[in-house]
Amino acid sequence: MSVEALQMFWPFLLFVIMLFIIGIYCILITFNLIRALLGVEILIKAVTLLIVIAGFVSGHTALAQTIVITLIVVEAVSIAVAVGIVLGIHSHNNSLDVRRLLDTDK
Amino acid sequence: MNLNILILIILITAALWAAMTRSLLRAAIGLALMSIVLAILMFRLNSGLAAVFELSVCAGLIPVLFVSTISLTHPLTKEEVLQHMKDRIRRFWYLPFITVVLGIALSLITVKLNIKLPPPETEKDVRAVLWNQRPLYLTGQIIILLVGAFSVVILFKEAGKDER
Repeated sequence: MSVEALQMFWPFLLFVIMLFIIGIYCILITFNLIRALLGVEILIKAVTLLIVIAGFVSGHTALAQTIVITLIVVEAVSIAVAVGIVLGIHSHNNSLDVRRLLDTDK
Repeated sequence: MNLNILILIILITAALWAAMTRSLLRAAIGLALMSIVLAILMFRLNSGLAAVFELSVCAGLIPVLFVSTISLTHPLTKEEVLQHMKDRIRRFWYLPFITVVLGIALSLITVKLNIKLPPPETEKDVRAVLWNQRPLYLTGQIIILLVGAFSVVILFKEAGKDER
């Protein structure tokens, strides 16, 4: 692969790190379950971007696309199941707030 | 400025908007916007098929799931929103600050990457790689889809029992 493509890797990696920080911050700070799922989504997007740029730099775009397609399938299924769990929690607690979820355990 | 960098800045802005906006509906739209921008970037990086998947599933299906979940849960009252707003601003104002500062700090670092790249790929076709070289990925996808379908069925069955 060309040196130019390899030089592209660092700026992309920088933005991947920034996306990771946004996702982790969103998960850690929020008390809303749906917003926590949004944080997970942002983290998955960061991983997707990292795989695509790694494939482009190494010249293995076909393999990278295969992995990304698998990741997208896993992402869709995990979000569907998580959304089902969130709806179950909402019907049980009548709230999406994590603090109220902890209160009911006492 | 390089066009890729401009697209990446739009991606980060959409992510910040999705994380920080007060309305969950707007956050779901921000997520869809992120997926669209990521798909454009994938097209530019010679990953066309993955971009189509990203556009159809991540920008189409997943925001619909989020929007339907938001509509099935009851929204907060105006009093609750006002009560939470100050608290939210206090918790979230650090996020753009940390992101921008870290981005500037990392961009000042010049890293000379000395990565040993693997030999070039022999198969250029995604379908050939998926079907011939990585059939285990397909098996895994089928198993995960089945697991997801069964989990959703069980979850809704349990919810139906609770309602009774």
